[in-house]
Amino acid sequence: MKKLFFKPESLTDTDHKYCSGCGHGIVHRLVAEVIDELGIREKTIGIAPVGCAVFAYDYWNFDVTEASHGRPPAVATGIKRFLPDRVVFTYQGDGDLAAIGMAETIHAANRGENITVIFINNAIYGMTTGQMAPTSLLGMKTTTSPFGRDAKLAGYPIRVGELLATLEGTTYLARCAVDSAKHVLEAKKAIKKAFEVQLAEKGYSLVEILSQCPPNWKMSVPESLEYVRKEMMTQFPLGVIKDKTKV
Amino acid sequence: MKKLMKGNEALGEGAIQAGCGAYFGYPITPQNELTEYMSRRMLEEKRVFIQSESELAAINMVFGASVAGARAMTSSSSPGVSLKQEGLSYMAGCELPGLVVNVQRGGPGLGNISGSQADYFQAVKGGGHGDYHLIVLTPGSVQEMYEMPALAFTLSEKYRTPAMILTDGILAQMQEPMEQVKIDSSRAGDRDWILDGCKGREPRKIRSLLMEEGALEAHNLHLQAKYDMIRKQEQRYQLINEQAEIMLVAYGISARVCYTAMQEANKKGSQIGLLRPLTVWPFPEKILQELAPKIKAFLVIELNAGQMIEDVKLAVNGKTPVHFYGRSGGGCVTPGEILREIEKI
Ligand SMILES: Cc1ncc(C[n+]2csc(CCOP(=O)(O)OP(=O)(O)O)c2C)c(N)n1
Ligand code: SF4
Ligand SMILES: [Mg+2]
Repeated sequence: MKKLFFKPESLTDTDHKYCSGCGHGIVHRLVAEVIDELGIREKTIGIAPVGCAVFAYDYWNFDVTEASHGRPPAVATGIKRFLPDRVVFTYQGDGDLAAIGMAETIHAANRGENITVIFINNAIYGMTTGQMAPTSLLGMKTTTSPFGRDAKLAGYPIRVGELLATLEGTTYLARCAVDSAKHVLEAKKAIKKAFEVQLAEKGYSLVEILSQCPPNWKMSVPESLEYVRKEMMTQFPLGVIKDKTKV
Repeated sequence: MKKLMKGNEALGEGAIQAGCGAYFGYPITPQNELTEYMSRRMLEEKRVFIQSESELAAINMVFGASVAGARAMTSSSSPGVSLKQEGLSYMAGCELPGLVVNVQRGGPGLGNISGSQADYFQAVKGGGHGDYHLIVLTPGSVQEMYEMPALAFTLSEKYRTPAMILTDGILAQMQEPMEQVKIDSSRAGDRDWILDGCKGREPRKIRSLLMEEGALEAHNLHLQAKYDMIRKQEQRYQLINEQAEIMLVAYGISARVCYTAMQEANKKGSQIGLLRPLTVWPFPEKILQELAPKIKAFLVIELNAGQMIEDVKLAVNGKTPVHFYGRSGGGCVTPGEILREIEKI
């Protein structure tokens, strides 16, 4: 019998601790599939963030290190500069990447570090149970914006991809989602492209993935998918934001 | 052949000779010459140099390079070293080797740019969060600035824990004749934890998060056993005039001033000695315990309001009087001031 659903070699047997409907598990699998398909498992070093994906090192079947909150780009820089022929990627949430780690993010991008960043934008601090993130939408109710995010108090949701696109050091920037089979396939394509950019030594690549967090959004899974489509995609339009490999 | 070199540059060259493969730094006085020196020499040697966006980034780049198997280092001065504490705690937790240099300046806050020893507590008591120690070495001359990076890397790798060279703005800025002796750059400790891709082996993970029942306590017990081993095996010091009645205790630039004061006093017939810790963690407590019953008093000299004196008192444990004289806020002690303090005893 032909096996239709098999586990990528780059994933371990460890069961995920993610909530049902969470986008993290899907993206872990996409990263693992891409690494398998590119045949780079044995030369890849991943960096797990502080956030719900902190246990990513248990789920991926290749070398993975932790990093303190927000510092994965600096850690990735240290690894990649010393071992330039290895594949180095960070996996980060919006709090990690765009709040506490924004300086490290911008400067790694600006130096054109030849690394790949997988950026999970769920517009919330998942792990600490639902506080406002730099990407939380205006009006979004979180545990630290109980009346809804107010631009006067808390500024505006940051469009990370567009922000980084202004830097000459960035090569490939895309935004995807994992709300539907079609979008999951597109996300996989973008992730693959991002790793290929690194393999071709073309510089910094980042794939932002709009990801649902049903429990902290206080929604059912179907409602959270609708929220991604209706609200998130309006603020954060999908597509390739920058591709210097084409010019 | 002797050569005139600045402390900061000697330290940089010493690190390069010791096989430093990656340096990350952010400008701050009085250690700028070190970052500048590395920006040229590391590239000449085809090694990794990055001027980072902050000290936070620099220490985390050290974390990464160390994960990848490099002899990695960063340097800064007091305000910048405060920013490195997060990374140092993570490195201690993850058991990663690496070297941080603190060219101390006056504090607290932005303080001033004069030499100081006010970061002693931060260096030897932990500094960042959690129950950990750094191995802390204290050079006392430009020659030692050149030779100590190799020892720091070796100890750091042997015990898989970050090391610090704790120096000050005066020594770092000082020019002195020194000899570029041959430095042993061979790596210490095993390398079976390094992340370089899992080709031909099981994947490795580096982590300090241990959420399983009892796992973190077990890890802490393991770390403490390691620190005990370091305490037993690595206490280093220089002892001058063992037969002394009064023993000065000082490290780094203070020890230099003490040496001058000691010589002057002894010329006039006094019996003064000098105990100069070369490691302040582990603190050379064994020699202090041995000296305590034979000596009339200890006089601790520091460029702060009294920090190392606490460790001296702990070691001496009330057996002998321990006196203190120090200047803080960037002021430096003089031989005359020390002689006056000796006379008071
Ligand atoms: C220095 C520091 N500050 C705060 C925290 C607490 N903390 C853990 S995860 C997190 C936010 C995670 O949010 P995000 O990066 O968006 O990841 P998600 O859980 O949503 O995937 C915070 C603030 C920490 N671990 N370290
Ligand atoms: S809290 Fe949100 S981000 Fe975290 S695992 Fe659950 S769904 Fe995923
Ligand atoms: Mg988040």
